[in-house]
Amino acid sequence: MRVVRGETTGFAHTADLTEAGLRSAAEAASAAARGDSAGVNVVPLAMQHVDATHEVLILPEDVEKARKVDLLARADSAAREEGSAITSVTVGYADAHRRFQVANSLGLLAADDQVRTRLRVECVAKGDSGMQTGIEAPGRSVGFELFDDVDAEEAARLAARRALTLLSAVPAPVGRLPVVLRRGAGGVLFHEACGHGLEADLVGKEASVFRGRVGERVAPESVTLVDDGAYPREWGTYAIDDEGTPARRNVLIDRGVLSDFMWDYMRARKEGRAPSGNGRRESYRHLPMPRMTNTFLLAGDEDPEEIIRSTDRGIYCVRLGGGEVNTATGDFVFGVTEGYLIEDGEVTAPIHAAQLTGNGPEALAGIDMVGSDFETWTGICGKSGQGVPVSSGQPTLRVNGLTVGGTSGA
Amino acid sequence: MRDDDVDLLDLARRIAGRAGRGEEIEVYATRRRDTDVEVFGGEVESLSVSGVHGVGIRVVANSRQGFAWAGSLDADLVDDALAEARDNVEFGQPDEWYGLASGADVADLSDRDSADLGAAHLELWRDDLLAVTADDKVQLALELEKATRSADTRVRGVEAAGYGDAAIETAVANSLGIGAQSRRTVCSAYAVAMAGAGVETQTGYGFSAGRTIGDLDLETIPRDASERAVRLLGARQPRTSRLPVILDPLVTRAFLGVLSAAFSGESVLKGRSPFAGREGEEIASAAVSLVDDPTDARALGASTHDSEGVPVRRNELVVGGALRGFLENVYTGRRAGRPSTGSAVRGGYKSMPGVGVRALRMEPGRLSPGEVMASVPEALYVQSVSGLHSGTNPISGDFSVGAEGLMVRAGELAEPVREVTIASTMQRMLRDVAEVGSDLTFLPGPVAGVTLLISEMTMSGA
Repeated sequence: MRVVRGETTGFAHTADLTEAGLRSAAEAASAAARGDSAGVNVVPLAMQHVDATHEVLILPEDVEKARKVDLLARADSAAREEGSAITSVTVGYADAHRRFQVANSLGLLAADDQVRTRLRVECVAKGDSGMQTGIEAPGRSVGFELFDDVDAEEAARLAARRALTLLSAVPAPVGRLPVVLRRGAGGVLFHEACGHGLEADLVGKEASVFRGRVGERVAPESVTLVDDGAYPREWGTYAIDDEGTPARRNVLIDRGVLSDFMWDYMRARKEGRAPSGNGRRESYRHLPMPRMTNTFLLAGDEDPEEIIRSTDRGIYCVRLGGGEVNTATGDFVFGVTEGYLIEDGEVTAPIHAAQLTGNGPEALAGIDMVGSDFETWTGICGKSGQGVPVSSGQPTLRVNGLTVGGTSGA
Repeated sequence: MRDDDVDLLDLARRIAGRAGRGEEIEVYATRRRDTDVEVFGGEVESLSVSGVHGVGIRVVANSRQGFAWAGSLDADLVDDALAEARDNVEFGQPDEWYGLASGADVADLSDRDSADLGAAHLELWRDDLLAVTADDKVQLALELEKATRSADTRVRGVEAAGYGDAAIETAVANSLGIGAQSRRTVCSAYAVAMAGAGVETQTGYGFSAGRTIGDLDLETIPRDASERAVRLLGARQPRTSRLPVILDPLVTRAFLGVLSAAFSGESVLKGRSPFAGREGEEIASAAVSLVDDPTDARALGASTHDSEGVPVRRNELVVGGALRGFLENVYTGRRAGRPSTGSAVRGGYKSMPGVGVRALRMEPGRLSPGEVMASVPEALYVQSVSGLHSGTNPISGDFSVGAEGLMVRAGELAEPVREVTIASTMQRMLRDVAEVGSDLTFLPGPVAGVTLLISEMTMSGA
């Protein structure tokens, strides 16, 4: 229960759905917002209809537990069969069916029904050089039909091979280098490096390097960044956000020019504009705030192979771990969990985990080649203690210089 | 009955008592109340009050284990969770080591009655925190923001300031006779200062935590936040080099938090600890002693018992650089042929007990932070790190993290640096600890901070 009075929000939540429980939460929220008892307003509510972005074919609750357990067992053996150097395999299956209804005193009444399914395989390989991990974690906003697209055993083998590959990794280089991000791998960079700085709450607090820059060129012409909550079946997809606003495709950077931020109800109201369908919350226990959904840097027209060939010395990132950004300064870091050296235009040895550091606006401006391929990556984004499912995506592309924090030489 | 009035231990015992022949049941019940205030621009941005409660139920039968939870203390929903946990038993892989805590796990501490642990000597609950009004909490946050804004002329804004507190009660009971409960209060306040003019912005963080509002040091927060932001103004990316590195207590805490997984018996079992099988060996420099001591009430993670109802104790992990042992819960202890060390932890009622630290600290040394700085001709002082979790491989120990801070020359803080990464391995860093400061600082969460001097690390810059 959220009570808004001026710019102040009072919030209370309860799992007690009796009338007494709801009343007590409402009173707590109202008191928190310093509300006065202004009497009773009767607000007519009519359910708004929003089309689902896609159909869910097999609800996870309709699938027997035994089938899910069997999936895990098959993935586990597939990973172990990749080699005796695989010493530990952890396989997880998760599904979630989230239904909610939201109503407010402006007359809004809306509901959504969201299903997500994900597999996660983590393998540990042990060799002379120590232990290494490989992870594969495909997920979509679909039911058990996820496994029509995703072969659990193949995902497990992929995770195992990643761990095995890293056993022969060399120390990562140190210093400023060109970085080629394989399709899908680098989405998290743009999620961190620019996405968070384009969330209207941080912009409003002057805590974003992008504040006041709408209409300005922030990247080369080849860069278009969209946040698309209505993209069918993607991990960060929904029909309505957690305030009842329909999800939609929002263009954030249009051919290099900053075009808009991402808005929730409160920040949009303050600016006298409509929210953009980005008001999200982890659960009924949390206040909504502007969040990303599926954040994509769109494909360009360069041949991905050519991008590697034209790089003399650099890093080829196939998989990144999570990252962090200080939106006020734009400085970000993210971990390379599977990376290779590029030497004389060719991908060569795998490298040990290394951190890339850079600055959002500088990294954007430094994109000098954008490939014609595209892939997405699935994750949970944390902000102010709330985790929400997001995806990011991008074509193979090159950033002309990021700081690689390895251990080699120096 | 309203969930607020349910006696947790009573509920846990009642459900655990329904175990049938050949069946063991464990019930973990928790209830917490939280208040969070966020202020911005002299106004309350949000004030949230909440109550969360629920139960996690574990059933062991025929060497199989099942688990389920309910976000409620309502009798019908708890019954459903028990039925679900029993059903889930069928899908588990059999493992002869599954089992719950029993009298044997508390026997070596038999001077304490397992049924009476809630009354153990630790006083972790402050009634006076519950008596503080929401208005007073709001006022505190507003004053904190104002003080941060005016702490230094170069502070141009406050990104965020706030106050939060929680009152947490838990009970664990099982059908083997374990029954324990505890309760604790915690509160904290923080401010993030933004300094700089024009395009440059630097941020700095200040906070304080305690068991009640009177424990908070409200003068330090604005001073730390503004000082830490202002001293980074003009930061540049330095040249790559190898040099001694001094870790701020907050940074040490972050590293120890990641490192702590290597001391978990669960990591050892899964082949994920670089220290497995190395008890007695030197794994760190002689300056390093690590202890997890939840019996120390100064630690905010202090507790009387763990998440399986086993009494906690002081566990030495590393003494003078030598590995002493690992932390165990009931299951990992059985697999390893050792008793539980009272180290079962849970993320909440929705999770099964894992193994973890509650009050990890590095034993402080003799030098003050200033003396640590003066002990080397040049060093990098790391004020904060980012990407620690993404940049660390907890299994191999490799890490590479983003850092910002200041250079130290002739014992004094010199020019600020940014966009650097520091990289090494956890194992090597432990061996390279040259000094541990005398400034042991208890912080929110399960790990304490202290200033650390690492003799050499790679600082990657331009």
